[in-house]
Amino acid sequence: MRAAERLTPGTVGLTEAEYRHICESLEREPNNLELGMFGVLWSEHCSYKHSKPLLRRLPTTGAHVLQGPGENAGAVDIGHGLAAVMKIESHNHPSAVEPLQGAATGVGGILRDIFTMGARPIALMDALCFGDPGHPRTGYLLGGVVGGIGFYGNCVGVPTVGGSVTFDACYNGNPLVNALCLGIADRDRIFTARAQGPGNPVLLVGSATGRDGIAGASFASVELGAETEERRPAVQVGNPFLEKLLIEACLELAGHPDVVAMQDLGAAGLTGASSEMAAHGGCGIEIDVAAVSRREAGMTPFEVMLSESQERMLIVVRAGAEQDVRAVFDRWGLHSDLIGRVTDDGLVRIHDGANLVAELPAGYLSGGTPEYQPPVMQPSKPTLRSEAPFSVPDDLGAVLLDLLASPNLCSRRSLFEQYDHMVQINTIVPPGEGSAVLRVKGTPSGLVLGLGSNPRACAADPYTGGALAVAEACRNVACAGARPIALTDCLNFGDPERVGVWQALTAVIEGIREACVVLDVPIISGNVSLYNETEGAPIDPTPVVGALGLLEDVTKHARAAFEPSQEVWLLGPLAAELGASEYAAWSGWKSGAPAALDLDLERRVQACVRELVESGLVTTATDVADGGLAVALAELALAGNVGIEADLAAEWGSIRPDAALFGEAGSRIIVGFDPAYRTRVDTIARQHRVPTTRLGVTGGKRITIGDWLAVDIDEARQRWSGALDRIGAAQGPGGAHGDS
Amino acid sequence: MRFGVVVFPGSNCERDTLHVLREVLHEPAVPVWHEDTDLANFDCIVLPGGFAHGDYLRAGAIARFSPVMAAVEQFAAAGGLVWGICNGFQVLVEAGLLPGAMLQNAGLRFVCRWVDVRVERDDLPFTRGLAPGTVLHLPVAHHEGCYYADAATLDELDRNGQIVLRYCDSKGVTVAAANPNGSIANVAGVCNRARNVFGLMPHPERCAEPLLGGADGLQLFEAVAQAAVSLAGR
Repeated sequence: MRAAERLTPGTVGLTEAEYRHICESLEREPNNLELGMFGVLWSEHCSYKHSKPLLRRLPTTGAHVLQGPGENAGAVDIGHGLAAVMKIESHNHPSAVEPLQGAATGVGGILRDIFTMGARPIALMDALCFGDPGHPRTGYLLGGVVGGIGFYGNCVGVPTVGGSVTFDACYNGNPLVNALCLGIADRDRIFTARAQGPGNPVLLVGSATGRDGIAGASFASVELGAETEERRPAVQVGNPFLEKLLIEACLELAGHPDVVAMQDLGAAGLTGASSEMAAHGGCGIEIDVAAVSRREAGMTPFEVMLSESQERMLIVVRAGAEQDVRAVFDRWGLHSDLIGRVTDDGLVRIHDGANLVAELPAGYLSGGTPEYQPPVMQPSKPTLRSEAPFSVPDDLGAVLLDLLASPNLCSRRSLFEQYDHMVQINTIVPPGEGSAVLRVKGTPSGLVLGLGSNPRACAADPYTGGALAVAEACRNVACAGARPIALTDCLNFGDPERVGVWQALTAVIEGIREACVVLDVPIISGNVSLYNETEGAPIDPTPVVGALGLLEDVTKHARAAFEPSQEVWLLGPLAAELGASEYAAWSGWKSGAPAALDLDLERRVQACVRELVESGLVTTATDVADGGLAVALAELALAGNVGIEADLAAEWGSIRPDAALFGEAGSRIIVGFDPAYRTRVDTIARQHRVPTTRLGVTGGKRITIGDWLAVDIDEARQRWSGALDRIGAAQGPGGAHGDS
Repeated sequence: MRFGVVVFPGSNCERDTLHVLREVLHEPAVPVWHEDTDLANFDCIVLPGGFAHGDYLRAGAIARFSPVMAAVEQFAAAGGLVWGICNGFQVLVEAGLLPGAMLQNAGLRFVCRWVDVRVERDDLPFTRGLAPGTVLHLPVAHHEGCYYADAATLDELDRNGQIVLRYCDSKGVTVAAANPNGSIANVAGVCNRARNVFGLMPHPERCAEPLLGGADGLQLFEAVAQAAVSLAGR
């Protein structure tokens, strides 16, 4: 921009009221650079000005918690002197515009949040939502996003161990890309982002700074529209090779006594990193943009301060140690520019050589955003019909096959085979089984990652949907035999200034809170992504919850696959609802209410399955999720290549068969075990006061459920496999390359 | 020191390889930085998987110019064992230490999954003790793993017994469906004429412990360790 051009608050995404607040507080008008800095840091993406009052309601403490929300990521104690560091973050808007780079840099960003803390990233997961498979952009976005995740994750050598993919018309043109990363650090060597010690030098390390992603945080905080394509320059470009070097260099410094603080440059670039470090440390910071290595000549201070060029890190080191620290980056072929120093006056002071170009109070810049105070409202209880407005199909076997071939339920193998899910040799249970199990080298323990998300239920009943997301994530972890010890959440919503969206956000967070309290698991990190709308319509409320589980003994875990000659039981309620089920949506009915969730029963069911797996009685366990009992049984049969003969009609009485087969409800887990253990399994279930139903026995090559349906496994596999490729994931993304 | 594992900028399987050598086989093994040129104390040099120098241009194309590679060439010429795994195989091909070339996978996608390979030769240190026809279940993870050699070269490789591993089905038959990347003649691993340099696309270090879903890779590591011991005793 030309120097003479005066920016208006609107062009940097600030409201008039916010601008007045700034002028009054500074007792002057900010200059262009200062206004740009406020624009990015006061964006929803950085300041959480809409969601902060609600997020405060979430439980964030617990026996294992070392670091809750507020740092780059959360951390929990996993024993043996180790900490697990975890966070999930969205990269929705960039992925809508440029799916490959958007998704790639989403992965890059979440990785940096983890290794900034001194933790080695050991696993990635992604929750992805796309529009209707028939929508003209869906295939392109799917191919690009999957390509971008592989392009970045494969090269940096961090396995992508699982994830979820959902298709629904509400995401047309506004896909969701939520990336979760898990890392491991020595418990006593976790870095913080608190600048300390006036006079200490500040290093900018990693990549050179370019003009990509300028003011991306502001872009992420507005609705996508017809001019979205024009926002390509606000999307960053990722270089996973540089990130890999940065990981190794930064981890070489983990525990280094001369490193005071570390902060990655993500949203809001150098502006965000410098002011947050100063504000967290209760000090000031002085930066000279002239000392920043550039990719292009002629960059203005505005561009340098607001660039979101990837693969950069800000490090405060003890005075006198800068040459030692810089030598590490030299060895890895990375820039390490001495760009400033810590001060004691609480100001962020930006110089361009001899000229002072911005001077703002750090605390006000990064934490002074006026919080949005919405009208207090009671979450309205939805009044939805619970009777499905369609009749029971004649051929229920054909329905099962159609569901297995449907976009939301078909095999994800063609996606996860494009991700390196084995590098680092910790992956015990690979993608495709509901949760991923990783060993922790040097210890007997294992870590389990599970995801939970139920936008369909959230759209109908946000409170229940929010609670279900937590319950599902924890249930997935419990099925592997692990105890959930921490959660991370990403809240994807539309424009919060719409009453309906705000109401849903309030209710979803309340549901999450309640589930966290009852299941006794804290939220240690997270992210909020608002303004997910296209052409005036908000997406369904989409909270994504990631759960981290701890296995004391990694060899004792269950798989989501049948073995021959197992007895198969259902733990939890038999009753299920068609409302908000995948089957009902597939049948064209999306307005039904989800089954009520009894959180106390949920807690008991999870404790029960955990004890059954820990005791070695149960070797097969999976939660009954999208597609209900019939789809869960089919998935177990497909994974183990073993059939199941189930007979349910007697227990169910007069319920409509499609509701029995495909209806959904929380707190339901299928377990498989050696029939010799029947009595012991029954005793443990009774101790937990968990209802059980015997479903049948495994064997043969057919999925048989009473008189209702009988399907050949090979035919089911043929329908289930390869269905995603027809949507577009098959179209190689271009740009992804290389090898392990 | 018995094993040196080369670390290029962008290598990402060196820690896995060191883990298997040290923790599973209890062999002495250390990382070797790509700028190091003294390999005098090693019996076997492993070039691990990853994206050396970002695999820019072509996989392995820049890595061959790393200072360590001239030393690796001398080391091989002197009879030392050189083992390239995945990206390491690509580097050896680019450096001319192994014949042929690597193309993008036939499906134009990165592919990470388990495959079966048939051992063709046991007259080299890397497969000693594995009878020809033995089927190994190993993971692959690559985007440029389609091995190519022209007809004359392939013929020569056959005559000299340099084709060490081929993709096959679980019964050991080299069918096209078992080939994950379109490699010519289902080639999964080759050696040089002197039989002391060996490269393969699959990752034996990813299946050297039963907990990881299979331990066939351990057989290759054990053979190499045995060979390194006898080499050390020369």
